[in-house]
Amino acid sequence: MVTAEDYGTFDTAWCPGCGNHSLLAAMKQALSGLGLAPHQVLMVTGIGQAAKAPLYMNCNMLTGLHGRSLPAATGARLANPELTIIAESGDGCNYGEGGNHFLAAIRRNVDLTLVAHDNGIYGLTKGQASPTTGKGQVTKAQPFGQPSEPFNPVAVAVAMGAGFVARGFTGEPEHLAGLIQQAFRHKGFSLVDVFQPCVTFNHVNTFAWYKQRCYKLGPEHDPRSRDQALAKALEFGERIPIGVLYANDRPAFGADLPTLKLGPLALRQPDFEALRGVMRSYL
Amino acid sequence: MPDSSIVILVGGEAGQGLVTIGQLMAKALVRAGYEVVVSQDYQSRIRGGHNTFVIRTGLDVFHAPCDKVDILVALNAETVARHKGQLTPSGLVVADVDIDTTGLNALRVPFRTLAPKVVQDNVVALGVLGQTLCKDIGLLEQLLREQFAKKGQEVIDQNLAVLRAAYAWVKTQDHGFACLPSAPAYPAERLMLTGNEAIALGALAAGCNFCSFYPMTPGSSVALTLAEHAKFMGTVVEQAEDEIAAANMAIGAASAGGRALVPTAGGGFALMCEAVSLAGMLETPVVFVVAMRPGPATGLPTRTEQADLNLVLHAGHGEFPRAVFAPGSIAECFSLTHRAFAMAEKYQSPVFILTDQYLADSLQNAGPFNTDGLPEIPGPLLEPANPATYKRFALTADGISPRVIPGFSTALVVSDSDEHTEDGKLTEDLAVRVQMVDKRLAKGQGLAAEAVPPSLFGEEGPNGSKDVDLLLVCWGSTLGAALEARERLAEQGRSAAVLHFGQVWPLVEGQFLPRLTAAKRTVCVEGNATGQLARLIRQETGFRFRGQVLRYDGLPITAAYILRGLESIL
Repeated sequence: MVTAEDYGTFDTAWCPGCGNHSLLAAMKQALSGLGLAPHQVLMVTGIGQAAKAPLYMNCNMLTGLHGRSLPAATGARLANPELTIIAESGDGCNYGEGGNHFLAAIRRNVDLTLVAHDNGIYGLTKGQASPTTGKGQVTKAQPFGQPSEPFNPVAVAVAMGAGFVARGFTGEPEHLAGLIQQAFRHKGFSLVDVFQPCVTFNHVNTFAWYKQRCYKLGPEHDPRSRDQALAKALEFGERIPIGVLYANDRPAFGADLPTLKLGPLALRQPDFEALRGVMRSYL
Repeated sequence: MPDSSIVILVGGEAGQGLVTIGQLMAKALVRAGYEVVVSQDYQSRIRGGHNTFVIRTGLDVFHAPCDKVDILVALNAETVARHKGQLTPSGLVVADVDIDTTGLNALRVPFRTLAPKVVQDNVVALGVLGQTLCKDIGLLEQLLREQFAKKGQEVIDQNLAVLRAAYAWVKTQDHGFACLPSAPAYPAERLMLTGNEAIALGALAAGCNFCSFYPMTPGSSVALTLAEHAKFMGTVVEQAEDEIAAANMAIGAASAGGRALVPTAGGGFALMCEAVSLAGMLETPVVFVVAMRPGPATGLPTRTEQADLNLVLHAGHGEFPRAVFAPGSIAECFSLTHRAFAMAEKYQSPVFILTDQYLADSLQNAGPFNTDGLPEIPGPLLEPANPATYKRFALTADGISPRVIPGFSTALVVSDSDEHTEDGKLTEDLAVRVQMVDKRLAKGQGLAAEAVPPSLFGEEGPNGSKDVDLLLVCWGSTLGAALEARERLAEQGRSAAVLHFGQVWPLVEGQFLPRLTAAKRTVCVEGNATGQLARLIRQETGFRFRGQVLRYDGLPITAAYILRGLESIL
């Protein structure tokens, strides 16, 4: 039996009180709860404090470039249909630097889970506005207040018909672990956007700020209804819903691709007979 | 030997079917046993403009285009006006009766009489060409049957009737153009394909099973060729949302056990540079094909140049080893691509293939490619000896650490783009940093030890250092023109040799410097304005070339161009 302890315990470079700690614990709980052993999991991250997550748990890890965790994770998925693949990084990485990849990942619907640490600030570079920083929020880089409207990742995902869209809060770790598990079970691209307060640089969206506003979606919410999902995805203010906002049964990328049905690329041998046939087409 | 080739130029607007005429004629010639080199010149548009498809053919082996025209197939009046100056004294114009060919030896073809439909005009042109060259109609009939196989017998019969009408009509004309001498029966099956198609086949022969790309001329056709054959080969081909994604996808795929290729052109490659650095850091084998076209920026999108050597040599921040290949022929496109994968896999590094629009799009006869003689490239390592203690970046004497693919054993494969320890985790231990830099660069020593030496053509003495009057040095697609220039010089009684770099990095001084210093005169021939290989050689060895022949007007280098350039140097 796999337990959360199999994922190990490590010293971290995160600030005491950072939401990342609870997210890491929820991740280990979700994986072990599904009986997944560390070697069956590949976590692909970008750059940022969130992207350090796989350094603090036992698993296969590919930490690449800022903003590029989704394309690297996509490549890994196309090469191996059997691994559990998680792309994990922050709001700057996924929604700023990697914005085009976020849109493409939803369209492509490759079977992987994106866990986005969303704290509304750049932590590692010490406190500049991120794509989800609220309009008007003052930072060292935006002394007159963040002038742009924030990006709403869950609303965009619902609008694009993503197969699974959830929002969690590190202040509700059990609930969060459940959301991550549901995302893993979903076949296709799944998004878990996680409110994860930054104790050092974001003095607006604090733990207390989220705690006061976040409420769990109840049975009255039908995640199969895109209209309801969009309404809930747009609800961001005095009250913010957490839970599964939207889910559908879009077939995952590759379900009908003959080239992906042949199994992991690592197990394939060059087919010289087929190649000779291909060469004959140039006679 | 003197140039006995003949050149057929088919010109017209995009959309007039000139490529169909050219391809079918070229294939007929290859099947009949002739040598063929096609150069395509097209504008960056879908319809209209002025495009040409030039077939150089004959019995002697050559690998370059040339400037003259023997038969000018003009699908519009503009083609006559633009190209009549290139016609040889015995040259012939093939054009519709309505096109003015005053003063030219012309076959004025009644297209509307010979073909009921405008779409069959290219079959008329094909038939006129075939009979003019005295080629057996059976060859072209067979090609038309293959071409229209999917459209049914009725369409085949209609086109065969047009072809026969065109043959019959030419027989009634007195054009005076000499028949192509008969070709000997060719013993082996020969292919006709472009440089980019040969790169794709070389990749498949190397076990490439993953290709991510973003469309960009003239690199795309590598990916399109892989996609075309994917149903037979199982290759996963994915069009990414941008070049950055394409490169990072390839790294993800290679890390998870794929054998990955990323084709692009200079501008697209510029976007991939950070990922190149990542491949260097994560020690991930990825082969990049950079098909060069004139820059800067959008430049001349459909023309040719060799100006991205510097970019590829220096792409990616930080220091890490790489290898750069520059095939000089269709055969080398195949063999050096296979070699590129072998080196990328063995040294777990990004490896590059530099080609250019001319070679990328040039149809030539080649092969057949023998897959039996290729060295085997070992498959990925699925399980380490001891999974519990596995370290992805274990320090070794040659810098090569066993690269395990995650998910096939209980070993955890950990790789970090930050500087990392042997077990792949981020570190700021500066002593480890130094060890890791040394480890990565040690692989560069191996790449150098296995570098493909430059090829020397002509005047090689027993010790390989016999004096020649002139040594022409070149790289990539310029080989064919340089070899032909050497033949022309020999006719003038001048001894010349050609030194061709099919691999331009790492440069191993001992492989070529003695030859450079032994030659009386050395001239570097390159398709760029600044002499990038010459500078690289000087940087690495201190050697200065006596002269340079450089071309950067967007057209491929020809023997005549080199000879003109030499006049001012020698």
